[in-house]
Amino acid sequence: MVSASEQAQSKHYPGKLIAVEGLDGSGKSTQIYLLKRWLELKNFRVRFTAWNSSVMVKKATSKAKKRQLLTPTTFCTIHATDFADRYEREIYPLLQAGFIVLADRYVFTAFARDAVRGVSSDWVEKIYSFAVKPDITFYFRLPLETSLNRILEGRPTLKYHEAGMDMHWSNDPYESFRIFQGKIRKEYEELSKKWGFVEIDATQEIFAQQEKVRRIVSEKIKLENFLFQQLPLNSYQGSLIVEHKPVSAQ
Amino acid sequence: MQVDAVPNIPNLPELTNKKFTGKLFVIEGTDGSGRSTQISLLSAWLEQRGYSVTHMGLRRSNLVSAQLEQAKQGNTLMSLTMSLFYATDFYDQLINLISPALGAGSIVLADRYIYTLMARDILRGVDRQWVESLYSLAIKPQGVFYLNVHTPRLIERTFQKKGWLDYWESGMDLRLSSDIFTCFCRYQKRLRAEFRQMQKVHQFQIINGNRGIEEIQEDLREHLRQFLGAPTK
Repeated sequence: MVSASEQAQSKHYPGKLIAVEGLDGSGKSTQIYLLKRWLELKNFRVRFTAWNSSVMVKKATSKAKKRQLLTPTTFCTIHATDFADRYEREIYPLLQAGFIVLADRYVFTAFARDAVRGVSSDWVEKIYSFAVKPDITFYFRLPLETSLNRILEGRPTLKYHEAGMDMHWSNDPYESFRIFQGKIRKEYEELSKKWGFVEIDATQEIFAQQEKVRRIVSEKIKLENFLFQQLPLNSYQGSLIVEHKPVSAQ
Repeated sequence: MQVDAVPNIPNLPELTNKKFTGKLFVIEGTDGSGRSTQISLLSAWLEQRGYSVTHMGLRRSNLVSAQLEQAKQGNTLMSLTMSLFYATDFYDQLINLISPALGAGSIVLADRYIYTLMARDILRGVDRQWVESLYSLAIKPQGVFYLNVHTPRLIERTFQKKGWLDYWESGMDLRLSSDIFTCFCRYQKRLRAEFRQMQKVHQFQIINGNRGIEEIQEDLREHLRQFLGAPTK
């Protein structure tokens, strides 16, 4: 019997998935936005999806976060629920439909955060094993201090979980955030090696980073296949012939 | 049956340094199998003997039970999402209800547990190994009792009790038939087959649920007695 992850990775679909990961303040959202604009203006089939955006589950997560009801394990499963909703409803169908899907944070964000909260990494990876691996994962890397400075400069109000306050490392939200981000960064460094992230130096100028991102995307993805109305008919064949089954059962 | 005297401590960050002295028993069975009747009789019996009893069930967490109820009404979530939503409800109760109760030496009676959740997911096409790993961090019960009721009896009881068939308990989302009655029969048959398969892996005790209430109760008490050290009355 093949595992869910092998099944996920062996799936055939005409779309492509590009994810961006990195610390808060790494500029990854700006970069993926610029990538999206570039692809859109070139008339490619492209859609964008962000972490924590499923309407159905959002109500539950925000209520739980506000009331500080989440523990590390339920923090993990509730975010997995949210992700699964977007994945089943949006990401996977888009890939089947032959779109380039741009994800601002993907499963690796969960891997890093859950590991920092002490949840077994093996378990977390198994839970997310239904999700396909991105074709490209950009990791916007920068020194911890730089990211902290960028975020903390304006003395923002840090949300409870965002600052890792639930871990009780410090009563000071800013200190807690520093500790939390430091641990997240370590996890990202490990994940980068394990999953083969494409590392981008996030201390460079925005346009310079974007130039690199676009170059890599055009090298790794045959963009001309993604022009609107240009989908080769046979890319759909797999999904047309195979009887429909729920995602994880394929 | 190889069962530990006290529950294991799963590898959850919330449960490090915990020590369990209580016991966990699970009653499984579909709606109308008589679960809640048997559980309330067992609770009375245990309390009479001086044991503290704690109850858990599905969709009862503080965290997401209301949202789950909503999702059930709307029928808008897909298999994996629903599965993870229920898992969140389950782990919330495991961490905030079951674990403290077991730590305090209480007897936890679960009105269904991971097995119903897994069976439902598997019938909806979710990968078996994936579901097994999702629930691999659950506390292993001292006893799992599956009330096996054959379909004609189940139909009789359901109609007697409620007068109608529930959408989800009939597996209507699976579209096994266009009419709810046929769907119910087919769905229950599949559920039973799934439970039979899980029985080997998870060491259920199958309790013949076609008998009278007292007879079933006596059977359950007999099973529980071997785990309880205290006086027998």
